[in-house]
Amino acid sequence: MYSKYRIKQLSIFSENRPGRLAAMAKAMMEEDVNIYAFSIAEGAGYGVIRTLVDRPEKAFQKLSGMGVTVRYTDVLAVEMTDRPGGLYEAVSALAEAGINIEYSYAYAGKRCAVLILRVEDPDAAAEKLLSKGARLLEISQFT
Amino acid sequence: MAYLDQHMETISQEELERLQYRLLKSQVTRLYSSSPFYHARMKEANVLPDDVRSLRDIVKLPFVHKKDLRDNYPDGMLAVPRRDLVRFHASSGTTGKPTVVGYTKNDIDTWTESLARGLTSIGLGPDDVIQVSNTYGLFSGGLGFHYAGERIGATVVPASTGNTERQIELILDLGVTAMAATPSYLLHLGEVAEKMGVSIKNDTSLRVGLLGGEPWSTKMRDRISDWLGVKGINCYGSSEMYGPMFTECSEQNGIHVWGDIAYPEVLDPETGEQVAPGERGELVLTMLQKEALPMIRYRVGDITEIDAEPCACGRTHPRIKRIFGRVDDMLIIRGINVFPSQVEHTLMGIPEVGDHFEIVVDRKGALDTMMVRVELKKEAFTDNIIQLMELKEKIAYRLRGALNIGAVVELVEPNTLQRFEGKAKRVVDRRDI
Repeated sequence: MYSKYRIKQLSIFSENRPGRLAAMAKAMMEEDVNIYAFSIAEGAGYGVIRTLVDRPEKAFQKLSGMGVTVRYTDVLAVEMTDRPGGLYEAVSALAEAGINIEYSYAYAGKRCAVLILRVEDPDAAAEKLLSKGARLLEISQFT
Repeated sequence: MAYLDQHMETISQEELERLQYRLLKSQVTRLYSSSPFYHARMKEANVLPDDVRSLRDIVKLPFVHKKDLRDNYPDGMLAVPRRDLVRFHASSGTTGKPTVVGYTKNDIDTWTESLARGLTSIGLGPDDVIQVSNTYGLFSGGLGFHYAGERIGATVVPASTGNTERQIELILDLGVTAMAATPSYLLHLGEVAEKMGVSIKNDTSLRVGLLGGEPWSTKMRDRISDWLGVKGINCYGSSEMYGPMFTECSEQNGIHVWGDIAYPEVLDPETGEQVAPGERGELVLTMLQKEALPMIRYRVGDITEIDAEPCACGRTHPRIKRIFGRVDDMLIIRGINVFPSQVEHTLMGIPEVGDHFEIVVDRKGALDTMMVRVELKKEAFTDNIIQLMELKEKIAYRLRGALNIGAVVELVEPNTLQRFEGKAKRVVDRRDI
């Protein structure tokens, strides 16, 4: 029942060399895919690009076809109020429930600010967040 | 345990060394007086046959390199009159002119004897049917196994290469029990057989693979054993040595080098000095009985180590361990010899990474650095940076264990490292020495 909150993030393995991000961004442009958010996590010599797009399947196919290592990762998208205290409201429920955040990034959307969360068990985290009155975005709101 | 020549194969160390000295002395004496090539070389090195007073004196003699064979193409190194030759073989000559090897009647006989001892040590004999799927012709691989097979009384099927379906029919119809081939061809044959609905393991009598001619790993050997039910026997030789010469015995613990036929040394490829017993170095062979194209201290270029202890099979002759690589491929990093084949072997045991890799050697200040770039398999990619870090650490740890030297590991995207047809170029050496 919480699967609708599992947002399909694309995780892309990328070597740390000039032009890699540009090549992928260009591919998204050519496919007419809109990028909502992305972040780059840096390892030594390589990075993991994480991105939310409006048409993940199309993006996935395009990138795979280019030989790019890409996979889906389920994340949660929490709506934040764009004012002081907004982040605290969004994550305090997780702190109380003892749920660890693997990584997180945020973007300012059209309607509100959005916090992306990667946790080990998205369904359990979604349940806790909702019970504390947090507002989770659903997949349908991304397409 | 059957022997072809029990007395010779179980000879005592002292007796073998006395024999080796006698053979070396007479070979050197003959060459000094009858081979313009060796005469000139010995003069240059200021050594006369009289200076060879013990087996240890072999180190006084100059080396012979592959280049000498090319420079003296086609017959400048022949040490017998042309009329004494009964055969020529020639190498493919992938790097320049081919090398031509002439044989006298005795040479063919010594060669056959050497390989026949090996075949017997595996347990092959008159009840066996040996299919020789090596090329017959200028390449010495086909005829070498052919003659040796006949020598031990086995039935030889001279199939040569090609027409794999036909080869499989022959294996089935003639009750073939052993096959001489390259390991990759045997695996290919297994695949073709499967497509024909034939299981090599269950439907045929094939149980021994006489394999060589290309580098192969223990992993391939295991696959050949598990999947095909064929025991893969490592065979060794090259046309300059006569052809395929030496094999493992049924113990499969090193390749027996018959000391009355060849005297092996293992040298540090840089200094030319003998390495300590059991240490790894370049194999240098002296053919003690070769007539037409003698080989004195021939730098074979293969890296191996020698085990001089008698084998559990009862044979007393020295054994060479598996071939670790080629001298041409060897890297010296912080004074330690590193072979790309060791890196390959280590990476093959790590399922998360692919088969292709690149070694980048550089120098930071006075210190050599080594980086191994390897492709992360698509299936192994995880969104979790920590897990990727752990994988890198695991690879670095395994490499350190295998190489005795630390290496930085870099994970790269699949299909980004350069692919090579034929011999791969795995090393980028950026050191400016």
